[in-house]
Amino acid sequence: MNHNALPLFEVFIRSKRGLDHRHVGSLHAQGHEQALEYARDVYLRRSEGVSIWVVNSSDIVASQESDVEQFYDPMDDKPYRHATHYQLPDEVKNL
Amino acid sequence: MQEKEHERRQQEFDAKVANEERIEPKDWMPHDYRKTVLRQMSQHAHSEVIGMQPEGNWITRAPTLRRKAILLAKIQDEAGHGLYLYSAAETLGTSREDMIAALHLGKAKYASIFNYPALTWADMGAIGWLVDGAAIVNQVSLQRTSYGPYSRAMIRICKEESFHQRQGYQIMLVLARGSAEQKALAQDALDRWWWPSLMMFGPHDAESAHTAKSMQWKLKRESNDRLRQKFVDQTVPQAECIGLKMPDPDLSWNEDRGHYDFGEIDWDEFWQVVSGNGPCNRQRLAHHIKAQQDGAWVREAMHAYQEKQQARSARSAA
Repeated sequence: MNHNALPLFEVFIRSKRGLDHRHVGSLHAQGHEQALEYARDVYLRRSEGVSIWVVNSSDIVASQESDVEQFYDPMDDKPYRHATHYQLPDEVKNL
Repeated sequence: MQEKEHERRQQEFDAKVANEERIEPKDWMPHDYRKTVLRQMSQHAHSEVIGMQPEGNWITRAPTLRRKAILLAKIQDEAGHGLYLYSAAETLGTSREDMIAALHLGKAKYASIFNYPALTWADMGAIGWLVDGAAIVNQVSLQRTSYGPYSRAMIRICKEESFHQRQGYQIMLVLARGSAEQKALAQDALDRWWWPSLMMFGPHDAESAHTAKSMQWKLKRESNDRLRQKFVDQTVPQAECIGLKMPDPDLSWNEDRGHYDFGEIDWDEFWQVVSGNGPCNRQRLAHHIKAQQDGAWVREAMHAYQEKQQARSARSAA
């Protein structure tokens, strides 16, 4: 058994209250608890954040950019979903 | 059919690079691009880690508690930078174990500058000021490298790097304004580190095996000689400012070019160190191997602890 091959974790940091957590990178750790400590040492040496999430990378399910057409059906044929689709007279304000 | 598909992918890739889009891990990329960016990231990661050795040597001998705390913080940053870069390299499917094994076998390289010894306290100043300074010039341009994970690692690293250079320069400044003996110490460190720092940018453009292709792929954004010139231009006035003299009789301001002219690098020395015959090559590698082996029991203990925790939580769930 190769003890060196530690599981991979993705690290997300909230840089200050009121903002979303943001992906900052990844690291290897034995478990969640250790991943959190490592994330602190690796990504938060200069008070870059107030909260850390660590997520086992293998738990992330991702779509592929190349699948966009089949998967999201880009809204190019539905321009009416965008506010700019609606032409209104200039004198109408606050709309 | 297959050829057509390959051609289409190549065109897609070329278009992304041309449009300044980043290449991401799951994207198709030419085999040689993958190989080159992997080699570059591995070299860079190993450099950060091996680079801790010359400075680590001085932690217990730092002249004051403040200097010791600063040096520790800087070296901790270097470890962090190594980790960012290993992670970036791992996005291409290699493992950290493989990269470290390649380093130990001498198949993977690290920056040759770390094969020079740090002989005096002034070397801590010269390393921060010159070695980190040269690295910053290179890394700033690499923030725009075409491989996404590498570019993001560079951006993060550059944010932290200027502290390294400033603390180094400040060590030199204090020594240069000190006693005659202290000033001589600073000058001696500059004399020894100046040329190896210039070598950090690699061979001349004409002789650099990878430059043309890397520039075309936008992995590399500026050529070795241009980056070297940039470093010389910004560093010479910094030396003058603290009354130190560059160890280069050919150094002079060229009004027409708007740049400093400088002497030729000793390329024999450069190739000697690259090929493993620098003053500390064997020592650096032996130390890394020993540290890896000495840490084995810690990794085993962590693993055993995790297994125990898992067994415990499985039992309590049952």
